[in-house]
Amino acid sequence: MSVELDVFVGNTTIMDKEVYQLWLNGYTVNDAVKVRIEGGVMEECEASAEVLLSDTMDQFRTFQMCERLLQNPAKLANQLLFQIPPDRQAMLIERYYAFDDDVVREVLGKKLSKGTKKDLDDVSAKTGITLKSCRRQFDNFKRVFKVVEELKGPLVENIKQHFLLPDQLARDYAAIVFFANNRFETGKKKLQYLTFQDFAFCAGQLINNWTVGAVDNMVEDMDVDLDKEFLQDLKDLKILITDKDLLDQHKSLVCVALRGKTKVFNEMEANFKNLSRGLVNIAAKLTNTKDVRDFFIDLVEKFIEPCKSDKWTATDVNLYLTHYTNSAHILDTFKHQNVWTRYMGVIKSCILRMYHE
Amino acid sequence: MPGKLKAKIVAGRHLPVMDRASDLTDAFVEVKFGNTTFKTDVYPKSLNPQWNSEWFKFEVDDEDLQDEPLQITVLDHDTYSANDAIGKVYIDIDPLLSSEAATVISGWFPIYDTIHGIRGEINVLVKVELFNDLNRFRQSSCGVKFFCTTSIPRCYRAVMVHGFVEELVVNEDPEYQWIDRIRTPRASNEARQRLISLMSGELQRKIGLKVLEMGGNAVVGYLQCFDLEGESGLVVRAIGTACTLDKLSNTYTPATAINPCNSSPSKDIKEAGFGEEAPGVPLSSGPPTPLRAQTFSSFSPSKSYSRQSSSSDTELSLTPKTGMGSGGSAGKEAGPLKALLRQQTQTALEQREFPFFTLTSFPPGFLLHVGGVVSARSVKLLDRIHNPALGNTRSYKLLDWNSFTADEPETRDAWWEEIRQEIKSHAKALGCHAVVGYSESTSICEEVCILSASGTAAILSSRFMQDSALDTEHRFEDLMSPGCAFCHIPYDELNMPFPAQLTYCHCCRRYKVPDVLFTTIDLPTEANVTGKGCLIQARLCRTKKKAQGEGNATAISNLLPFLEYELHTQLMNKLKLRSMNALFGLRIQISVGENMLLGLASATGVYLTALPSPGGIQIAGKTPSDITYEQHISNMQKKINDTIAKNKELYEINPPDLVEEVIGSPIPEPRQRSRLFRSHSESSDEVSELDLSHGKKDAFVLEIDDTDAVEDIHSLLTDAPTPPGFYSCNTEIMPGIYNWTSALQMFTSVRVFRLSNVNLTNQGLNKVFNDLCENLLKSLYFKLRSMVPCCLCHVNFTVAVPEDELIQVAVTAVAMSFDKDQTQENGRQSIDKNLMKAITENEDQLQFPLELSAESSSNPLNSAKGLSEVSGPLPSARAPSVDYSSFTDRCSSWIEQLRLKAHTIRCGSIKTMSSLEKASPLPEGRSRSLRSNRSYAGSSVTVVKMTPLSFIPGTKIIKYLGIINMFFIRETTSLREEGGVSGFLHSFIAEVFAMVRAHVAALGGNAVVSYNMKECVFMENPNKNQAQCLINVSGDAVIFVRESELEATPPQPHSASAQTSSSGEGT
Repeated sequence: MSVELDVFVGNTTIMDKEVYQLWLNGYTVNDAVKVRIEGGVMEECEASAEVLLSDTMDQFRTFQMCERLLQNPAKLANQLLFQIPPDRQAMLIERYYAFDDDVVREVLGKKLSKGTKKDLDDVSAKTGITLKSCRRQFDNFKRVFKVVEELKGPLVENIKQHFLLPDQLARDYAAIVFFANNRFETGKKKLQYLTFQDFAFCAGQLINNWTVGAVDNMVEDMDVDLDKEFLQDLKDLKILITDKDLLDQHKSLVCVALRGKTKVFNEMEANFKNLSRGLVNIAAKLTNTKDVRDFFIDLVEKFIEPCKSDKWTATDVNLYLTHYTNSAHILDTFKHQNVWTRYMGVIKSCILRMYHE
Repeated sequence: MPGKLKAKIVAGRHLPVMDRASDLTDAFVEVKFGNTTFKTDVYPKSLNPQWNSEWFKFEVDDEDLQDEPLQITVLDHDTYSANDAIGKVYIDIDPLLSSEAATVISGWFPIYDTIHGIRGEINVLVKVELFNDLNRFRQSSCGVKFFCTTSIPRCYRAVMVHGFVEELVVNEDPEYQWIDRIRTPRASNEARQRLISLMSGELQRKIGLKVLEMGGNAVVGYLQCFDLEGESGLVVRAIGTACTLDKLSNTYTPATAINPCNSSPSKDIKEAGFGEEAPGVPLSSGPPTPLRAQTFSSFSPSKSYSRQSSSSDTELSLTPKTGMGSGGSAGKEAGPLKALLRQQTQTALEQREFPFFTLTSFPPGFLLHVGGVVSARSVKLLDRIHNPALGNTRSYKLLDWNSFTADEPETRDAWWEEIRQEIKSHAKALGCHAVVGYSESTSICEEVCILSASGTAAILSSRFMQDSALDTEHRFEDLMSPGCAFCHIPYDELNMPFPAQLTYCHCCRRYKVPDVLFTTIDLPTEANVTGKGCLIQARLCRTKKKAQGEGNATAISNLLPFLEYELHTQLMNKLKLRSMNALFGLRIQISVGENMLLGLASATGVYLTALPSPGGIQIAGKTPSDITYEQHISNMQKKINDTIAKNKELYEINPPDLVEEVIGSPIPEPRQRSRLFRSHSESSDEVSELDLSHGKKDAFVLEIDDTDAVEDIHSLLTDAPTPPGFYSCNTEIMPGIYNWTSALQMFTSVRVFRLSNVNLTNQGLNKVFNDLCENLLKSLYFKLRSMVPCCLCHVNFTVAVPEDELIQVAVTAVAMSFDKDQTQENGRQSIDKNLMKAITENEDQLQFPLELSAESSSNPLNSAKGLSEVSGPLPSARAPSVDYSSFTDRCSSWIEQLRLKAHTIRCGSIKTMSSLEKASPLPEGRSRSLRSNRSYAGSSVTVVKMTPLSFIPGTKIIKYLGIINMFFIRETTSLREEGGVSGFLHSFIAEVFAMVRAHVAALGGNAVVSYNMKECVFMENPNKNQAQCLINVSGDAVIFVRESELEATPPQPHSASAQTSSSGEGT
């Protein structure tokens, strides 16, 4: 004897946030019921396990039917099948597009291809998040990427408009799209200590300062690519390390400014040339796509690691970078002030963010 | 050529991809009405085509306008092969034919396909230009308004209630036609959808004609059903109540004042006041009253394959015993005028073949007394109706069976006629001249069909039944309808149709009332109720041997009386267990399957203050020898007593302790009626030992002489109480709850249970069925827990036995939240109560002022007296006054008093209102247009509320846009892929809701009231991965406005928008 069919349909679609989250987390109905029982909902409402099972199945089915619409959030607002109040719609969308930092960290900068999708079981095993949930998240990344890839105008705005996401979530997606598009390497061992939020911050810096849209909002170009002209101009910065005089001058200016203000002065003085070479070389190489990909690993290897081994504090790094940037402006023979500012602004904030003590 | 229909196809959106190569669609649209078809251009390569077509014009008879739906088919153009159909939209243009309803249909309609479900949407504009046709012999009935609502619709006033209208049309079911063997299932289902739509239109037109003949302009309580008889055809039948309605266009609203019920500060005192005045209204004759529901089963003897059987008490009541209407017993208390009135009503009703009313709630003063439930059932064998005209016809020409009665010995019409006659005679036996809350239903299994009809025998006032009538006297009645009058027995106590125990009414102490009252109607608004009500269900399952044809019919006929008896017993026990004494909205459904019969009775139990308090339940063992047995019994007794005590607390039943006087009952064996006989333990000799049945403390004796009885008691006690914060009822109003918030959730839930163990006993089956219903309820409570405190209203269960081992239960209901803190006196005055009465009050208001103006200067002494009478403590019963002149005076001064009082009460209830406003997100003082803009700004899709009730709390319905009556079929050949049976049905029901909402929105409405899912036939074949489902829904499309919005608008005389409700004042 068994219940063969069991449905509940409300004129206003009933959706329990808690159950929705369980569904999003990729639980099976039975697992979800277990979680709910542990959550104590039964005692609260005098329900039996049977009732809970029926309710969970029903809601999972509803979510499944809604999923098609959630994949195209704009449709959700003017579809007729489910009557869902606007605030609920926003909640459904936001949660559907929410993701786990651990999962996105694993695929960040990778090509959003079938191959990557196949590797999701490893991601699932590593993060402890169900494969189903990993897949949904991956598909979301891919879907957003596909839609905004070809769109003109500001990236974050495009995402907000097409997927009706709140600002912060849209920014995160912008970062994901940006990383996927430029294929930044994030998976190397040396980068493992960086979280998704670190990268998202850096991506925001890059998007806001190094893309075409950054200089001129009116330009009908894409936010997802770096400004080619700017990258070309970066080559001119090489003079800072190739010209011996300039390099010495720069060093002495920085040393004067920092003397007595930092405990690691000696280390800094000894390392100045290496560090400066590292940063300028990164700039000069960015015209190569391959080197763009290695941008973050380069930052770590050429700057962060040497500083760390000398036990610099974040304050030291900040102090150093500030004076390093400003001193260059005083150099008479250095003509590329604008490019330098645009470059160092991003480098400084990225390094500071990436510099975990 | 009296009409021009114009349609314009604007655009489509979200169309499915029809061309795999391009991932796009080349869509065009065919617009068909009658035999004329127009096409739009092909809009190439788009999923969001913009056709923006010209206006397609159809010049048609208004007869066709009523019958035919507008058919819109969306297709994908294909150069090389046949065009693929994407889906269809059927639009019923009937709402456009009435001047008062919608003027244009415009909006997005889901494009529906019987296999794929909803596939995108299409934007359509439809208009109708009607030319007046004064032809007396016309076949159309344009302009007659239809309402599913079973009360007088809220923005109308009843001028006349003409009575019962019925009609029935029959056709062959396309699914059983020869052509079905060669066409696709999809074509077959589309043919069925089209045919039923056509038949509904025709049926409605014919009913309309009957209404016009009677001089009415509307049908209220319109109930249309279809019977899928399979091989023998398709029957679409409808019943309703013809009325003449007037649209209310009130410009001022003092009406709250008039209704006496609203104005008295204390319920009991008020009652007393009424009782005091009551003598003028002398409650008609002394005719009899039925204390218990009379359930009769009879199986008509027509033809050889029907069997007749009648339970013995039926026979008793079949002979009318009271001469009605004549002076006789009536003279005892009532003046001659009263008798005259009664006689008038009588004649008014006698003119009608069937004095039946599908209404379940009535304008004040219309319902005088309620007798009890009358019902009739008949088992028929379906036989293919041999008709040459039908046999060969391939077109869907409609044939009315009436026209073939000549050569048909038995038609469906005659079957129903028979049943109605029986109902009528039952009502007569109860001393009643009318049947209210009347409904009909069928259950079909293979070739056996059970026809059922039920209603409530009642005595009605002639007020709404005759044009002229004695106006002044009628006024008295209106004023006087006190909260207890309807309980007073309508039959002669000396000549009771069945054994019953009578007591004096606990409210007025003047007239006799029964100890228990069963009815199919809603609780009258003026009724005095103690505590809250609750849903009571009796559930029963009986096995039946598989049989064919006549044998099967006989077997069913033999089982039915027992089934009904048991259901009745269960209801009675559960009622007592809850310490209640009356049932409203009783609906007994009997469903027949191959190897079982299911019975489900649902009703709302209440404690009517006028009726005596029910005694407890006493368990008696038959063999009091064994000690453990005794102990077992006393344990059970204790449990029962505890439950009763608990229930009293739960439902807040604390009746005032009144001195009981038991009237010397004329019935020879007073004890017998208080005893509960089990069908197989008939001996009544032993009862004398347990003298429990004394006076009102009458205990209900349950004898447990066998395991059956033990089971029964068990099931009695296993009904889980509703979780805290929940109430439930199957009527429109829940007594005791008045402060609804606007939170509303209508839902449909369906469960199918498979009995894998074929050799189940009756008890086993019963338990399964009982658990199924209980679990379903539990699930509902759990689902809706976020709405607590809340009440499930209009809980409507339907059961079916779709296959051998399947039981299907479907529930449609609405959950409404209420405010817990306002249950005090103010609550009584607050919003909804007012709302409920708004219309009826308006109605009164229209009638009284003139009269009042003449007498409003009534002397102060008089009014002072009136006041003391109204508000004083329980006055002792006085001798009945027959002084009519002084009575009139008193009456009017009394109205004055009430008005004054109402004013103060209004002040008092402002508190209620302010708290209500706090809850409302809209700030006070905004202009109305601003608000309404705001409410729609959120989404591009209009929010459409749906409810099975006739109202939406906190709002006022300002316009009825027309009836919604839709029929859909959905099938699948990929059941597993669609998520199994549950997935399939889930999406289908969601689609049906979506289509109903879309049609309402296109009419310009924002809600459906009196929504009903009349049919949900689900069939599956998992082996073939197939399933099919038919759903039929109906309701009234309306426009409502929030009362808070109404208030913001200052009343503007002579403006339609200024229909400020009288209840607006109260809020």
